[in-house]
Amino acid sequence: MAIPSSSPASPAVRARKPGARLAWIGKVFLSLLALAVGAILFRDLVRDPRLFLQIVISGLQLGFVYALIALGYTMVYGIVKLINFAHGDVFMVGSFVSFYAVTRFQLHVWPSALFPDVPYAVVVIVGPATVILLSMLVCVALAVTIERVAYKPLRDAPRIAALITAIGVSFFLEFFGALSFVFSPRFIPYQRPFDVVTWYAKDGIHLVTSAQAPPEGSITFSNIFLIIVLASVLTQLLLQFLVRRTKIGKAMRAVSFDKPAARLMGINVDRVISFTFAVGAAFAGLGGVLYAIAYPSIWSQLGILPGLKAFVAAVLGGIGSIPGAFVGALIMGQAEALTMGYISTPMRDAVAFTVLILVLLVRPTGIFGEPEKEKA
Amino acid sequence: MVFSAGNSPAPTLQIEGLTKRFGGLRAVGNFDLTVQPGELAGLIGPNGAGKTTVFNMISGLYVPSAGDIRFQGISTIGMEPFEVTRLGIGRTFQNIRLFPSLSVLDNVRIAYHTHAGYRMTDAILRTATFTQRERELTERAQDFLAIFNLDRIQNEQASSLPYGEQRRVEIARALASSPRLLLLDEPAAGMNPAEIVTLMELIHFIRDRFDLTILLIEHQMRVVMGICEYITVMDFGEVIARGTPKEIQTNPKVIEAYLGKGAAHAA
Amino acid sequence: MSLNVGFLIITVLKIAGLLAWVYGLLWGLGQRTWAAKLVTVVGAFAVIQLAISLPFGSVTLFSDFDSGLLFQACTMAMVALGLNLIYGFNGQFSLGQWGFYGIGAYAAADITYRWTNDDARGLLVVGIGVILIGLVILVVHRFLSQYTGVPVMSAFTLYLFGSIAAGAVAVALGGAGHAALAPLFGTKAAPGILQSPVVIQLVFFLAVLLAGAVAAEISFLFGLPVLSLGSDYFGIATLGFTIVVNTLMINSDTILPFPEMKGGRGMIGIPKLTNWFWAFAFLLAVIVVMRNMIHSSTGRAIMSVREDETAAKVMGIDIANNKLLAFVVGSLFAGVGGGVYAHFIGFLSPGTFDFLVGFNPLIIVVFGGLGSMTGTITASFGWIFFLEGLLRVILGQLGTEAPTWRFVLYPIALLLLMLLRPKGLLGTVEWGFLKAPWVPMRSRAEANTPPQA
Repeated sequence: MAIPSSSPASPAVRARKPGARLAWIGKVFLSLLALAVGAILFRDLVRDPRLFLQIVISGLQLGFVYALIALGYTMVYGIVKLINFAHGDVFMVGSFVSFYAVTRFQLHVWPSALFPDVPYAVVVIVGPATVILLSMLVCVALAVTIERVAYKPLRDAPRIAALITAIGVSFFLEFFGALSFVFSPRFIPYQRPFDVVTWYAKDGIHLVTSAQAPPEGSITFSNIFLIIVLASVLTQLLLQFLVRRTKIGKAMRAVSFDKPAARLMGINVDRVISFTFAVGAAFAGLGGVLYAIAYPSIWSQLGILPGLKAFVAAVLGGIGSIPGAFVGALIMGQAEALTMGYISTPMRDAVAFTVLILVLLVRPTGIFGEPEKEKA
Repeated sequence: MVFSAGNSPAPTLQIEGLTKRFGGLRAVGNFDLTVQPGELAGLIGPNGAGKTTVFNMISGLYVPSAGDIRFQGISTIGMEPFEVTRLGIGRTFQNIRLFPSLSVLDNVRIAYHTHAGYRMTDAILRTATFTQRERELTERAQDFLAIFNLDRIQNEQASSLPYGEQRRVEIARALASSPRLLLLDEPAAGMNPAEIVTLMELIHFIRDRFDLTILLIEHQMRVVMGICEYITVMDFGEVIARGTPKEIQTNPKVIEAYLGKGAAHAA
Repeated sequence: MSLNVGFLIITVLKIAGLLAWVYGLLWGLGQRTWAAKLVTVVGAFAVIQLAISLPFGSVTLFSDFDSGLLFQACTMAMVALGLNLIYGFNGQFSLGQWGFYGIGAYAAADITYRWTNDDARGLLVVGIGVILIGLVILVVHRFLSQYTGVPVMSAFTLYLFGSIAAGAVAVALGGAGHAALAPLFGTKAAPGILQSPVVIQLVFFLAVLLAGAVAAEISFLFGLPVLSLGSDYFGIATLGFTIVVNTLMINSDTILPFPEMKGGRGMIGIPKLTNWFWAFAFLLAVIVVMRNMIHSSTGRAIMSVREDETAAKVMGIDIANNKLLAFVVGSLFAGVGGGVYAHFIGFLSPGTFDFLVGFNPLIIVVFGGLGSMTGTITASFGWIFFLEGLLRVILGQLGTEAPTWRFVLYPIALLLLMLLRPKGLLGTVEWGFLKAPWVPMRSRAEANTPPQA
């Protein structure tokens, strides 16, 4: 009746060959894949350098906006190990706040409304800046509220509960926003707080005006692109400074490393967490406004895909790593732009996530990530 | 038993030159150890000496940076943990790793998974093979638990048991997979003196009853000196002394490692 | 603002009745004798069938709308049970169920759509493909088991290229087979077996099974490299998978060679072959298979991985294989659910398989209780009937925009649930058939002499 016990050193186990011998198969496959992609890109570059560069520019524009959103994801995950699904919707709220500020309150030109003699240069800077700041503020308030109401009570609950709550909050924001008395379920054409100025580059950089259209073979870029790049880079530098050089930054790093120990060191963990959410939301708000300026059509579910891609970007760069989020976002932006330009627009989402899966296979912790070690 | 070229049986465990680096940190360096069949061996050293790292390498949970580990003459380097277990090495952990929301019985029944005697298709179709083998498996697990006086609590959730009982279940579970070598990582941790006495008796019992070889990490000197026949001492990832309990107790290097410089002179 | 109170009461009664039916079915199946089980199954089937088809005067107890909800609940239960296996029992957080649901739906739909349009190639190619790829997987597995510690990418590459090759062969064989057997099949004008209603039922059955198999094989290929990533990353990768699948659906007529699927416009003309018999049969099969798996050594091994991976490893369990097993079986259930779904609704639109909707099974599983099959089934039925049925109609009566309100209300309900009862409604409690058999203690006298080690 007894089941035979295992014989020591069963032959099957003993006779196994080392699997490392087969490692070349996987490596060859990945190298071929990389080569193929590289070759295709190279061919496209050579065939029409102008088009390639133009696409790279649009990819950079997209990537820098994603970077702003990705920062919030990576910081929040680093500190509370939560994938904040609602982050993308905070981004959406930012764009809507700016929309209403511009259309209902003409906030983008308030200096000239109050002080008619103010020079145009001042108005065009102060006005939109106010709009952006307002959006950021509202986003901060929203995110901190969400954190206090929905996430904080679940900090010690199983991870899935917090995750489901995040999903719930995300849905709530999207569908609440879809109600007509809030944002409306339709796509809304966005009104920019400042006008677009375009330049083209061919034999030097020239302004595009109604009289002078960009000639064949030139690369165009706009002030939107410049502002986005500037804003994103400045944000990144600001954040690095914050995290490395300030006390609160140190506290953030401490809490993300070891929360109970940080608490024992006298750090007000709740405040640090709220602060992290606030900073992330501020950047998301900024990103929301810039995104809407760049792609002027907004709706209540605007935040879903960019939010997801930004999250993927954070994972790509190594979740929890701030420079990683930045680099990952730029890669995502490029992948998307290249797909849109050379393959087709509908495929861009698929390619973006395929990139994610490939990166996860080759380097699971992301580009700048550190592997998590478990003590047995 | 596996016999080597000579007439004496091969050592149950033979470790040579074992090294483990984590990035720039060398946790274990040039570690040698031999455990003879049937021996009750001890591995001791101050905290952070690398003892659990050695265990993890034996179990296959860590891949060594260098060196060789041979179990009954077979090298286990590169094997997956489950292969190492199926080869005949069982293990318990410093922080008890039971399956918390499963019952005591289920915890032990999992040890029989690899020789359940039926396949998944049998289970899905509920064939006669399944019914019979599952019953046999269950009865065998219950009988096994009875050896340790744990059959009374077979349906209790593992996480609801008191600490001492959890430790006993973990040891029983490790033994249920019929190992030849049992690695015990600080089994006496968190126990009061009475529980320690019971534990020492238990370890002797299982060594004799199951014809085991046991390698033990332990901080409680009473346990180590009381039951170990041969002791290896580690510090900073390296072996600093070997010998019988008596020899180790008076070894100045060991005293220095535990109590610091100067204590050796005072002893 | 008029609420038809009578309608409200009747709907609540229907929901209650349905849940009672579910529990009765589970209770009856849990009885010991085979006779009792048989009576339960037949009775359960008959009760609902009568409710659907027996007219009381000019109305039936279950309107078309109700039976639609019922089929939706059945398919959702299958998908959710699959997810519970992967996540609730095995501990792997997967957001990919919806992708496999979609794959199953489109695969099954394509087979029957083609069949009813004089094209047996759908069935032939998929059938042969499934078998060939299955063989390839077995052969590669055999080959790889000679090695220990094979790098994941290498294994994946072998399986992938083997499957692609097998697929290509299947397409060729299917095409040839279709041409060769053309006289047997016949056409609409000169009918052969293609048009026989009995054969069509058989084809439907095969189509659903094949849908499950396709989902299973794809999940094998995808799961192999991805399961080694660890929980969070695995979840993200599966989310990516669902999105990629959705994009492919939208481009099924451009990038993929399936013009009949009509890409983003949606596939129409799928024969509505799902009736209560099939929905019930497949649901029952999924429940039984899952329960039998869980209450066995395989199930215990699956759960041990969830409890403590390191301890499971040290107990001799091959973690990678184990996770893959749960993932493949769970995806198979989702694929079968998709096949059943496609044939009840008659058309497929990629919007149905949007990843946002894909959170539904996750919410249902958590709501019902991770690790409770009973909870999952209850939550699936409750969810569909309550959310889609009751709430939508109530809110619809309150104003045109009100249906959107339910998407506002349910996150709030979700939030409350997480705050008040994070373990879900049923925790890990099971009922009737699904309950783990109680193991009585053996008296010491009964015990054999303790076994030799």
